Amino acid sequence: MIKFFSKYLLTFILLVFLQVFILNNIQFSGYINPYIYVLFILALPFETPKWVLLIIAFALGLMIDLFSSTVGMHSSATVFMAFLRPYILKVISPRDGYESETLPQLRYYGASWFIRYSAILIFSHHTFLFFIEVFRFSSFFATFARVFLSSIFTIILVLISQYFYRKDTRK
Amino acid sequence: MRSLFKFLLRIHFLLLFILIEIFSFSLLVKKNNFHKARFANFTRQVAGSFYTKANKLKEYLSLAEENQRLAEENNKLLNIIESTYKSDEIFFRSINDTINNQRYRYTTAKIINNSINKKHNFLTLNKGIQQGLRPEMGVVSDGSIVGIVKGVSDDYATVISLLNLDLRISSKVKKNGYFGSLNWTGKDYLTATLSEIPLHADIQEGDTIITSGFSSIFPEGVLVGYISDFEEKGGSFYEIKVKLSTDFKKLNNVNVIGNLLQTEKIELEERL
Repeated sequence: MIKFFSKYLLTFILLVFLQVFILNNIQFSGYINPYIYVLFILALPFETPKWVLLIIAFALGLMIDLFSSTVGMHSSATVFMAFLRPYILKVISPRDGYESETLPQLRYYGASWFIRYSAILIFSHHTFLFFIEVFRFSSFFATFARVFLSSIFTIILVLISQYFYRKDTRK
Repeated sequence: MRSLFKFLLRIHFLLLFILIEIFSFSLLVKKNNFHKARFANFTRQVAGSFYTKANKLKEYLSLAEENQRLAEENNKLLNIIESTYKSDEIFFRSINDTINNQRYRYTTAKIINNSINKKHNFLTLNKGIQQGLRPEMGVVSDGSIVGIVKGVSDDYATVISLLNLDLRISSKVKKNGYFGSLNWTGKDYLTATLSEIPLHADIQEGDTIITSGFSSIFPEGVLVGYISDFEEKGGSFYEIKVKLSTDFKKLNNVNVIGNLLQTEKIELEERL
């Protein structure tokens, strides 16, 4: 149990650091800001109670917010994404449902399932986040372009991370 | 009661989600200046449009009084014009120099919300940035002081009323020029206090108080009110009760004063 928690705690810290100290400082052409930290919400086990999910999401968002001085922005977007997660899982579940002892990762349910799962959630998170950031609908298409491009980058990063997991566990 | 708890338990996920989102949004609006400003702007627009509607009705009811006031003002202006035409000198000079030497520009605006019974009263005007209003402009009605523009959105502006404990106006006694700072008493909407007038100043009940023109918001000589009572305070200063000449209870149309040289004056003073 303790091992289980410490593993997630470590991932949490690692992701926050990766986001705050590396990815936040990278600006590709002003349109692309990948937000890899949502991987933490994606990777939580299937059995996580729903309310725990929301609270973890809020804490994670708030951490990112505190480091980038945008209090409330990331936390609201992450909570929104965590709220959607159970419904998305239900909609795209494989025919026999989810087996116990498995995690929502690429190696258990295959690439096509995982890409669908992460793409929907990441896209909804980024949409929410970028629209909250500009706080208006007037420049809709410019914002939408940012959402789209950043989502693609985040999805690529999340996919890469899945192969890291694989190596990790096999060791 | 039990079924209520059951119901709450069933929707606890949605409920928690909504609560956390509300909390995050309140953080967002409170802590980030950009979002705060956008939110304030939005609420000001919405509130302003409601006040406009309410005010249209109120305006209709006081048409007669308003007409009377306009007629009087017209009369006064006509008199001024007549007197300028009589002197050739002034007439010519005014043609040559008005544009270059113009220092204050007046815009009319209508009050669409007003209060007099709080400790910090504000007015709302029906003009904003698009009509040239900026923060820190003076507001007068019929030549007597009303307040200072505080915040502006596209089409509306909020004004700190003179009936606000936070507002201090630099004013002076008209007949001898002793100046002090004027502040509302906070009690009734007709009286304010003028302090910092030294004891050797010769003042009497009924003397006129006008703005001093030091603040670059109001020009010199805008009417503030008349002395109604005074007493010694703290040994070396008078505390003077001033009966305000503006009747805040029936304000409707006001003039907003833009000082064209305000930035120049402030820049010069800051350079010291």
